[in-house]
Amino acid sequence: MGETTAAIPCSEAVRQLWDYLDRAIAPEDREKVEHHLSFCRRCCGELEFAKEIRRFLSSGSSEEIPADVKARLERFVEEL
Amino acid sequence: MKSRIRSSNPSTAHATDSTEMSAIGTTDRTKEAFQELVRKELPSLYSLARRLVSDGAEDLVQEALLQGYRAFGSLKEEAAGGRWLKTILVNVFRDLLRKRARSVEEFAAGDFDDFSLYRTLVDQDPLPYSDSLHTDFLDAFGRDDLREVLMRMPEIYRAPLVLRYMDGFATKEIARLLDAPLGTILARLHRGRNLFERTMWAYAEETKLITMGDDDG
Repeated sequence: MGETTAAIPCSEAVRQLWDYLDRAIAPEDREKVEHHLSFCRRCCGELEFAKEIRRFLSSGSSEEIPADVKARLERFVEEL
Repeated sequence: MKSRIRSSNPSTAHATDSTEMSAIGTTDRTKEAFQELVRKELPSLYSLARRLVSDGAEDLVQEALLQGYRAFGSLKEEAAGGRWLKTILVNVFRDLLRKRARSVEEFAAGDFDDFSLYRTLVDQDPLPYSDSLHTDFLDAFGRDDLREVLMRMPEIYRAPLVLRYMDGFATKEIARLLDAPLGTILARLHRGRNLFERTMWAYAEETKLITMGDDDG
């Protein structure tokens, strides 16, 4: 552990994981999270799961448009 | 260009007299080009609308198309057309929320901080025969299940989550589009993520989604 890196509990590390993945936390907080992850296996599991949930969310972004809805909307634009 | 302006609600739609589209130039962009853009982007636009509202996705898209057509001349880069239409759609969504003027109670910070779906799955072990519990849990959710989970969340938490993690908008852009301070959006994203995990768990329990594989005994 580095002299300037304060230890944080699991609850604090988990609370910051998504922001950590988003690169939306301050460098000193990032360092604390990384330090915690360096020795906490459970929080590494939390991190991997957070990544999976993000993939799961982004994979759900495409959805087919029903043919009748598509036809109506295209007709709407034609008639503008 | 001769144009007709219709109400965004198909049930009340009626053609007005042919009206000249003058003000915000469609003059340097043709209607055909707009139609082409719409044909290409309709699936993703409709998809986004379905994630933002539980009912009325088609109306939301229709209003966005109308506003997009009126402002088509302001589109600078053809390649950015899809993103541009999406931002218009989010603006329409924001205005819709304002019109509804429905107050949604903000959850207090810390309300969900103690919930961890990862830990809950380990503790409850709903798939005892699984070698990859967490992945299998997520795999159990189909597209309709995901939408149902999202729709169970209040809009103020759902919208930032959808825009950030499903449509790839930057946090600052979400704040601008939803006309909210960046700090508010960051807080809602944080609570929204926690709420999303909690809602996934509740949904899976309620619908028996996670015990379906255990049918041999």
